[in-house]
Order: sequence, then structure tokens, then C-alpha cells
Amino acid sequence: MFRTLRPAAQAEAVTITYEGRPLSVPQGISIAAALLGAGEMVCKSMPTSGADRAPYCLMGACFDCQVLVDEQPTPVQACLTPVRPGLAVRRVPRPTPVPEGVAHD
Amino acid sequence: MTSAPDLAIVGAGPAGLAAAIEGARLGLAVALYDEQPEPGGQIFRAAESVAAGKGAPLAAFGADYAEGPQLVARFRASPAAAGYMPRTTIWLLDRQRTLGHVQDGKARMLRPKRVLIATGAQERPVPLPGWTTPGVMTVGAAQGLMKSAGQVPEPPFALCGSGPLLYQFAAQLVAAGERRFTVLDTTPKGRWARALPFLPGALRDTDLLLKGLGLMQKVRMAGVPVLRHVRDVAVHGNGRVEHVTFRHGNHLGELPVQLLLLHQGVVPNVSLSLSVPLRHVWDAAQRCFRPALDAWGNSDVAGIAVAGDGGGIGGWQAATAQGELAALEAAHALGRIERAERDRQAAPIRARLKTALAARGLIDTLYAPPPLAALADATIVCRCEEVTAGQVRAAIAMGDTNPNAVKSRTRAGMGPCQGRMCGLTVSELVAHARGLPPDAAGTYRLRPPIKPLPVAVLADLDTSAVEEEEDAT
Repeated sequence: MFRTLRPAAQAEAVTITYEGRPLSVPQGISIAAALLGAGEMVCKSMPTSGADRAPYCLMGACFDCQVLVDEQPTPVQACLTPVRPGLAVRRVPRPTPVPEGVAHD
Repeated sequence: MTSAPDLAIVGAGPAGLAAAIEGARLGLAVALYDEQPEPGGQIFRAAESVAAGKGAPLAAFGADYAEGPQLVARFRASPAAAGYMPRTTIWLLDRQRTLGHVQDGKARMLRPKRVLIATGAQERPVPLPGWTTPGVMTVGAAQGLMKSAGQVPEPPFALCGSGPLLYQFAAQLVAAGERRFTVLDTTPKGRWARALPFLPGALRDTDLLLKGLGLMQKVRMAGVPVLRHVRDVAVHGNGRVEHVTFRHGNHLGELPVQLLLLHQGVVPNVSLSLSVPLRHVWDAAQRCFRPALDAWGNSDVAGIAVAGDGGGIGGWQAATAQGELAALEAAHALGRIERAERDRQAAPIRARLKTALAARGLIDTLYAPPPLAALADATIVCRCEEVTAGQVRAAIAMGDTNPNAVKSRTRAGMGPCQGRMCGLTVSELVAHARGLPPDAAGTYRLRPPIKPLPVAVLADLDTSAVEEEEDAT
């Protein structure tokens, strides 16, 4: 999807995982840049339609690059979050709709 | 910083950096908050890293970008650098100047003596069929990747839209050795004729004019196909972009792409200023809302000012001038300099500002966005809640007379982006249907937190700085 102009400049790489798959990515870049550089795009599935979403604005405005990291329960913006060694990145799944007739607590 | 700063600045782009440097020079205790890991804003994104040889070669970005590392270096050398907080999001600002920020999962509230909003611009969201498909991004997004990560798009891809950034980025790609792409220029026919009356004014800034024409020339000379006056762009693909269709002259075009980069100019990023709320006006020439400001950047709320593109699009040189003017005004308001001294120091800055804004009329007229009447009912307007133009129009037809009523009925604007992507479109759709100017239709009412804040972070919120001040009064 995106290629790095000067691979020689990537002196240091870190390993993160995306959906459990290891990716070797340059240190110091954002999660969004790391995913796009590795040919991965999808960050979340939309609550309404279930359609996949990928980074759009990369400046913190659109929220289409929200992903889940490590065991944190709330998503982060992949374009504003730097990679670090061992970071586990997962797509935000479409929320499971509450079945009809189930009472809310 | 435990005590409240004299001047808290939101955004470390050209306006924020210039205000911080100038404020510190005038003896103010300055705090500067920014979401990015490095100072520079979007225009000078990653300026230090690029200048240090990490990522893309500095020369690829052109002469303007080369000014970035210098501005950032001046900031780093200034006492203001002590108050710099990167990777920090502002989620609250109210009329009492209570400012809420969050950095590394730690949220705090404080009350600075003055606040300067320097939140800059965002790309104008222009809905078109399929624009939510993975692989559709903005030109600014791709340019940001080139600056911050040294990455360029892989073919096949296309740049699509209108405005100076389209050719600027195309020329940067060419300079970086990438020519295997297409430019779909959607600027309508006849725009130059309409813009001609603004030419004499723009000639005060011949540099900028020549630069613009030079970029176009460079892209064409490199053999990059440029299709002009393209219309009816639509994105197709199942789960990711596969091809884009459009009208060019009398025929239908189709282009296989894996990435489509859109651009239709930039508009003020008004999320924070609307949430205060500051009074906003409709800018008919730039077709956007902007805060109502005086010549020093003061808003209608005491102690809150705006500088740079967040107060109306003027570009980075105008932004630095406005940042400096706002710092002079802050120093005067806090009793550090006399009125006459403020005015004396402001005079050369105002002359710079005037030159920097000379070409605005021409640019605004040449690259005005397409009319919303062309927006098809099936096209998604609110990306977060997937609300279409047709659903918004139906809500208006059922009697929703303002954007907030549309929001309640359709959920447009209720998602995580809080209307950043759909606010302008919904205001314009309401205005168009009612035959009113958009400021009569109004905007979404934004409420804090203006960016999502985890409940656990809110539970640990440190409000001591604000409470101490309230106890003291």
C-alpha cells in the first residue's frame, strides 16, 4: 500500500502484532503508518453496517483508524499512537447487537 | 507546571510555535499542548526528523517546508520549550478558561490566564460515493505519512480533487522519484475567468503564484497524466478500493487503483472553538465557519483568542504573524507591555500578514468546493454513523430546522469524530433546503469531552489546580 523511501534509514525495527500476526516495522512511527507500510489497512468494523474501515485523515480528526491495543478496553487512534516493541494491535470488532427481548441490567 | 500558565496555547503548528516564542520573549509563562509527537503542525509535520535525515529527503518537500526546521529550532531554543507538552489532547475548554488535557492516560484540569487556540486546519470533507471504502484517504494523510514515516503510496493510485495541495503533493512525489500515478483535477472549467479580478491583489505575492504554476508544470513535465475538469467521481470496490469512475469531457473514465487520495482544500478546525462556545460566523468566500475575531485574534470570550488557520484559512506565513500578534496582545492584557508598545511592535507584523493574505481571494475563488446540490442521496455524509445525504434531507423535510435537530433524529454527528467529518455538510444541507445562509442554519452544539476520554481516565482526573484557585477566591 505504502513503501518506505529509504529502507536503509530504518536502522531500528520493532516487532508488533496485528490480529496475532507479527509485523516488523520501523521504530518511532505511528501504528497507522506501520499498518499501511505492511499492507494492512483495516482498523475497525462499523457498528451500523459492519463495513470495514481504514485510516482516512491521519491527523486525529476522523477516528476511522481506531484500533484496540494490548488488553486495553477502549480503542485508541492508530494515527496518534506510536508503535512500541511487543504491541498487540487488534481490529475493533463490530459490537454484538443485544438480542430482542433481553433485558438491560 | 504546577501554577497556571500566563498563556496556554493549543496546537504546535506555525501559529502556536510563533505565539509561544513571542510570548516567552515578552516574559510570559507559556504552556504549549499538541497531539503530535513533534512540533510543527500538519504543514511542518516531523520537520525535525526529516531535517535530521530520518524518513524522506528534505529536498523533496520544497522550499516552504524547509522553513519548518528553522521555526522549530527557534522554538526549541526559546524558554517556551520548557512548557511544551507533546502527545497531549485537549478535551475541554469552557468560557471560564478551564482547560482539560490528557497525556499518557493522565487527565488534568487547569485555568490559564489566557488561552490561544491554534488548532489549524483540517481538510474539507467532501462526500462522494464510496468515500468510506478502505483505500480512500486524504492527500494530507498521504503527505503526512511521507513526512512522518518516509512512506509514499504504491501504484496504482490517483490524486483527486482541487486546490494547491493537490499539485504540491504530486510534485513532492515526483521529487521523491514516484511518477506512476494519475491526477484527477476536479476544478471546474471557467474558474480562472472568475478568479481574474483577484489577480492584481495576488500579484503582491508573486512568489506564491509562480510557485503554484511551477508545481503544475513540474508534474506535467514528469509525464504524470493530469485529467482536468473531472466530474462525478465515484469509488468502487468490495471491502477495499478497486477502481474509480468519473466523467472527463464527454466520456466516462475508469481507473484501477488501490488508493485514492482526495483533496478539496482546507477549512478551520473549529471543534474546540465551537465547544467553548465562541461566537462563529460564516465565511462565504471560504465556505466554512470561523470564530469571530478582532485584529488581535480576540474572540467574544474574555481571555480566549485564536490564531492561524483555525481562525480562517490564511496559510502558514499568515499564521505565524497572527500568533505573534496574539502573544503581543496577551502580554498587553497581562500588564507586561503598554498599549503603545504593543502597537509599535505589531506594525511590521501586520505588514507581513497583509502580504501573506494577498493571494487568498484568488485561491479561494479558483478552488471553491463543488455545490452541495450535486450530492447524491445515497452518499454517506456522516462517516461514523453511516448517515446518508438522503436521510439528512428527509429529516429536514420532516421539520428539523437546524443541525442539532437533524443530529437527534438521524445520529449524524454523534459518533466518535463528533461532527468533524459531517458538521459542515449538514449545516450546508439545512441552509440549502431552507434557503438561508449557513450561519442562520447554525452548527452542531459541541460538548466536552470533544475527544473520547476513557471513564477510567476521567475517574482519576486531577482537578486540584482549578480547585485551589476557586478556594482562593
